[in-house]
Amino acid sequence: MERARPFSRKNLVQTLAGGYLPLLVATLVVVLPLLWMVLSSLKQPGEIVTTDLKILPQGVNLENYRAAMTTVPFAQFFLNSLIVTTVGSTVKVVLAILTAYALVFVRFPFKNIIFVLILVALMVPPQVSILPNYILISGLGGKNTLWGIILPGLGTAFGTFLLRQHFLTLPASILEAAEIDGAGHWRRLWQVVAPVSLPSIATVALVTVVSEWNDYIWPLIITDRPETMTLPVGLTLLQNSEGNGAGWGILMAGAVLVIIPILLVFAALQRYIVAGLTQGSVTG
Amino acid sequence: MTTRQIHSSNSPVPLGQANAQTRTPSRSDDAGRKRNGWSRRTRRDFVVFLALALPNLILIGTFTYWPLINNMYYSTLDWTLGSASATVVGFGNYIDFLTGSDASNVLGTTAVFTLVTLGGSMALGLLIAVALNSKVRGTTFARSAVFAPYVLSGVGVGLVWLFIFDPGYGVLAWILRGFGQQSPEWINDPQLSLVMVIIVYIWKNLGYCAVVYLAGLQSLPKDVMEAASLDGASGLRRFVSMSVPLLSPTTFFLLITTMLSSLQAFDLIRIMTPLGAGTSTLIYEAYLQAFGAYNRAGYSAAISVVLFALLLIITVLQLRFVERKVHYS
Repeated sequence: MERARPFSRKNLVQTLAGGYLPLLVATLVVVLPLLWMVLSSLKQPGEIVTTDLKILPQGVNLENYRAAMTTVPFAQFFLNSLIVTTVGSTVKVVLAILTAYALVFVRFPFKNIIFVLILVALMVPPQVSILPNYILISGLGGKNTLWGIILPGLGTAFGTFLLRQHFLTLPASILEAAEIDGAGHWRRLWQVVAPVSLPSIATVALVTVVSEWNDYIWPLIITDRPETMTLPVGLTLLQNSEGNGAGWGILMAGAVLVIIPILLVFAALQRYIVAGLTQGSVTG
Repeated sequence: MTTRQIHSSNSPVPLGQANAQTRTPSRSDDAGRKRNGWSRRTRRDFVVFLALALPNLILIGTFTYWPLINNMYYSTLDWTLGSASATVVGFGNYIDFLTGSDASNVLGTTAVFTLVTLGGSMALGLLIAVALNSKVRGTTFARSAVFAPYVLSGVGVGLVWLFIFDPGYGVLAWILRGFGQQSPEWINDPQLSLVMVIIVYIWKNLGYCAVVYLAGLQSLPKDVMEAASLDGASGLRRFVSMSVPLLSPTTFFLLITTMLSSLQAFDLIRIMTPLGAGTSTLIYEAYLQAFGAYNRAGYSAAISVVLFALLLIITVLQLRFVERKVHYS
């Protein structure tokens, strides 16, 4: 194909219209609302309840954050979210690794049936199970407890599925070598399979952390006391107490506190999540 | 405990340790392995498999499958959550739901929400993927930016957009005022509420579709695409008659995952329209009936069963019909 001259007007227009413009629009559509959230969280009530809207806040004003913290126990919410996310994700990732390894590398007669059951579980929205799980967990005394929030979500179909798909792609030769060396399953898992699968494991871990942090419907139902609420549920509480109008600045401060940690994690580790998801779509 | 034993019995025994062990059993061990080694290994693999997989399988069974069965039982009751007594009504809840005005409203809302969000995020996702696939600078950043909302809290995102849509002090109302227009009543008008939630849902999810489509585009056979462009096929022509058909496995994958997640959409609906006026999809109605003001647990369970049946049918249909079309040949 004939190569266009780099700075010809036609080429320049084409590049701008065909390349940059859609990218720029798409990026702005995503970034602007989030930027608006941050800017608004720094504004004073008078700057929000006004028809004479200014884009930038008059100054950096952390009053909204202080108000959010004092209206509801935000530090407690944050700690609860941190505990639920850490414990829940760790257990889930370990369980996913163990189950996927068993499904791929250990001989067992009903593996296909078990895998289909896991696949079907993947298609069952957790929301369908909330009522029976609520009855079960509150019957066990798990209402308004952190373990009550964590326990029902611990079984992992997603992680198992993703890691199984990845383990299947591992060359048999590396495991045969380990087997000849006399390494048992436990060692083959942690010294051969897991190290070469780190990117996939990181993907599962990251996706799990994100979904545990953001999880809403279950903690919303199983907690009604602020002491055990997670951040998203706490934000709902804040919404109820602040309503509309002048409270928007406070609510945006709350939104920043729930959104920014995940945004930072994503910015640092997005390579894994993106790689993992595309892998899932091509091989799975 | 079990796994520890497996570990030690399988690890190669260093010479020094082998001497420390009694000699005779290790000899008969070898002989035994030769005679019926396969069945021993099989038995050991059984134990290993169960030790590794059982905890997860029990959890999935208890909190995913058992609730499905329980839901069917609860759905036959006329029962208020927390009340000690319940009346068995058989299919009464289903009949109530399907013959009442609820069904057409809820099913209609679910269909509109699911289809529009599905089509919207997939079509826009594909367009963005094409833009991301171009060889200009900044695509890496744009890709991350576009994907970001997908991983953010639905509650946080919902609040941010609720503020943007706010008819009084929202930035959208401010822009419309600039054009001399009054802001629509996004929050009070049920139909506009649905539009609002759909827009935000697409905003949150299209990055996922874009990134998956981008991976699909990048895995297209380069030689075939180059041959087509040498043959004089235009960019649009190549896209329509080559990329799109070749992307059908990706489209199929997205169709399933996006539809499943649209049917599960809860966070945005709950935070943006707590009362569910105009936005009561199956899942939200099931929530409202059990945990909202209505306290009808049995009725809620019936809706959950309907939703699950619907999901099952869609999944089976997709597997049956779409899979045939997704092969390259």
